[in-house]
Amino acid sequence: MSTRFDSVEDVKGRLAKVDYLSDEGIASIVYLAERLGKPILVEGPAGTGKTQLAKSVAEATDARLIRLQCYEGLDEAKALYEWNYKKQLLRIQAKDQGDGWQELEDDLFGEEFLLERPLLEAIKASEPVVLLIDEVDRVEIETEALLLEILSDYQVSIPELGTVSATQIPMVFLTSNNTRELSEALKRRCLFLHLDYPEMDREKEIVLTKVPEITEHLADQIARIVRSIRQLELKKSPSVSETIDWARTLLLLGVEHIEAEQATETLSILLKYQSDITKARKELTSDNQLKKASGAALGRP
Amino acid sequence: MSTTEALGGAATEGSEPSPLLELLAGFIVELRAAGLPVSLTENLDAMEAIRHIEMADRETFKYALAATLVKNHAHWRQFETVFEVYFSMRGPEYDIVDGDEGPELDDDDEQAGAGDGPGAQGSGPGEAMTPEELAEMLYKALSDGDESVLRNLARQAVRRFAGMEPGRPVGGTYYLYRTLRQLDLDEMLKRLNDEAAEASDTELSQLDKRLVSDEFETRIAALRKEIEAEIRRRLVADRGADAMARTLRKPLPEDVDFMHASREEMASLRKALQPLARKLAVRLARKRRHGRKGPLDFRATMRSSLSYGGVPAEPRYKYPRPAKPEVFVVADISGSVAAFARFTLHLVYAISGQFSKVRAFVFVDGIDEVTEYFERTDDIAEAVHRVNTEADVVWVDGHSDYGHAFEVFQQRWGAEIGPKTSVIILGDARNNYHSSQSWVVKEMAHRARHVFWLNPEPTAYWDTGDSIVGEYGVHCDGVFECRNLRQLERFIDHLV
Repeated sequence: MSTRFDSVEDVKGRLAKVDYLSDEGIASIVYLAERLGKPILVEGPAGTGKTQLAKSVAEATDARLIRLQCYEGLDEAKALYEWNYKKQLLRIQAKDQGDGWQELEDDLFGEEFLLERPLLEAIKASEPVVLLIDEVDRVEIETEALLLEILSDYQVSIPELGTVSATQIPMVFLTSNNTRELSEALKRRCLFLHLDYPEMDREKEIVLTKVPEITEHLADQIARIVRSIRQLELKKSPSVSETIDWARTLLLLGVEHIEAEQATETLSILLKYQSDITKARKELTSDNQLKKASGAALGRP
Repeated sequence: MSTTEALGGAATEGSEPSPLLELLAGFIVELRAAGLPVSLTENLDAMEAIRHIEMADRETFKYALAATLVKNHAHWRQFETVFEVYFSMRGPEYDIVDGDEGPELDDDDEQAGAGDGPGAQGSGPGEAMTPEELAEMLYKALSDGDESVLRNLARQAVRRFAGMEPGRPVGGTYYLYRTLRQLDLDEMLKRLNDEAAEASDTELSQLDKRLVSDEFETRIAALRKEIEAEIRRRLVADRGADAMARTLRKPLPEDVDFMHASREEMASLRKALQPLARKLAVRLARKRRHGRKGPLDFRATMRSSLSYGGVPAEPRYKYPRPAKPEVFVVADISGSVAAFARFTLHLVYAISGQFSKVRAFVFVDGIDEVTEYFERTDDIAEAVHRVNTEADVVWVDGHSDYGHAFEVFQQRWGAEIGPKTSVIILGDARNNYHSSQSWVVKEMAHRARHVFWLNPEPTAYWDTGDSIVGEYGVHCDGVFECRNLRQLERFIDHLV
């Protein structure tokens, strides 16, 4: 097994070089996954950089990224492999006379007629690859079983061909938006990483990295406001990507210091529900004490 | 927590493997006892994982354990608590000092209590200067946001104010209370805010004020956490990890009892509700689509036959569209069961897409329809809040009267129950010895598709005292005990 990262610090440093700011948790788990040869199951709210993590790891390690986007109804033929029946038909017609059936059959189910889908492709790859299985919670629970063999043994069994084992162990990332509970069997095979909204300081750093023209003062203010908004009970809290969008917008508008007015006017970039926008607008311009009073009102005597 | 301090617990044991493994085994046993599903393979993975990391790095060590052992984010808090207990920093400096300091502290405590509000500058003449100095340093550290100083001060504060005695069988909350009373963090926050406003040259806008105050609140929360951790570390040093873990054990959010939840648990329940509702909605929608096969889809069959040279080898079917049920929720919102009603209403409305219609009624001794509160806004929390404050549910004295409430329900809305309606009644059926009017429930059951009763009390309490759930229950299609989110989720799954 090729050792791609030397230490937790190395992970951090190399990810930072490709503009992905990790924290202690992310870096340790990526490092461990690489050492143990285990997949990482990344879970967390939308827009916290789950997919980006896989992409960045691929970029940092100079590996090819192979992506399997999951959706309802995904099956073996789309995820693992499929026999190229059109080509098989042609083969049968071309060799209509002559060969015996036995030879023909051996030939028909050879690798030549195999269509590789992402999972098989990742297993067979000879160069380093990062396999990203995106939104794994979208497939049915039965389809999950399809992944188990790959995730634990890094091999694919094809009845007609035999077992294809990986020549090198790929880094595997599975992402989930947690719309349903994943099966125990799948979870057991993975390291678990919960990506939450970043701490304020890290978010500021992210804004500074992704929007280089921004001033430090503005980035700091943005991170603070976003943190305050996330503390409210909202339908959908602003994600990191929305924070970055907001930062870009403010930059375009030529804002140097955010006043309440500008903040509330551009809230629609951070928040996507009208009720959330109304709530945040009210909260940001009101006193803190009021928030507490309304938060404490629960139940009737 | 910085790495150098972490050396105390984990690293010394790292040099000789067996104590660490023993500690880890105890740790995993405790995780299981706390309700986390840790399998044998995960256990082995954890052992394997810690071989690859630097033991001295406490954070990394923690994440390595978390990644291998905890596969559900809702269990993170439990994990963290157990981790802090088992792998806390240890050393002589955490021993609770016996003897001369103890009684002295008690003195301090009483004087300060009488003096009221020692957090700020009110210095009593007889008192030593040190508590004020400490408060002053704390104030400075909070306003600068200096973490290492804060950590130090938290330790000082615990040593000085908590008055911990070795072997004394009181919980950490007692010590926490004693420490916090001395520090008076609320006053501190106010002062921080006021001085921040004064310090700036220009008038601060509402937004800035809010941001500054949020910042201070975060710092104070961090300080509080640090104090808690410090107390815990000392208690662990005193009593040993296993005993401490047992006293700290708390139910998982999905197992918290609605009727006896503390305020903090309520908050965590509310947080757990949103993802639960989302998950439930997705699952139900999927179930609806994938349950059975519908009639033959001729078009799709033709299309797929083309890949077989026109032979319809693979028949395709349409998705079935079964009718969605209509739901009437009739909820008791009197004191003790209010929380339960609120959660159920919240959950039912969060998945209202799964029903053709949801109507909500709430009662104490009078009854009122609150459907429109939910329909007019898309913020369920706000609607529930309005239910609690605006609904007209008190008829005489505001004590539950199921009989009267049902009677009125029957008169005003009884006729609207149809064969597609599922009626869900929420309450503990503690009727304060009023007449039960259970014929109304019988009538409902007659007209409706189903009548379900959800009772937030444990089954053992049913039909004791003034509870008459049995009397209503005979007319229902099912009476369910529904004490926590897990049971509630199971019921709703069953309903659709």
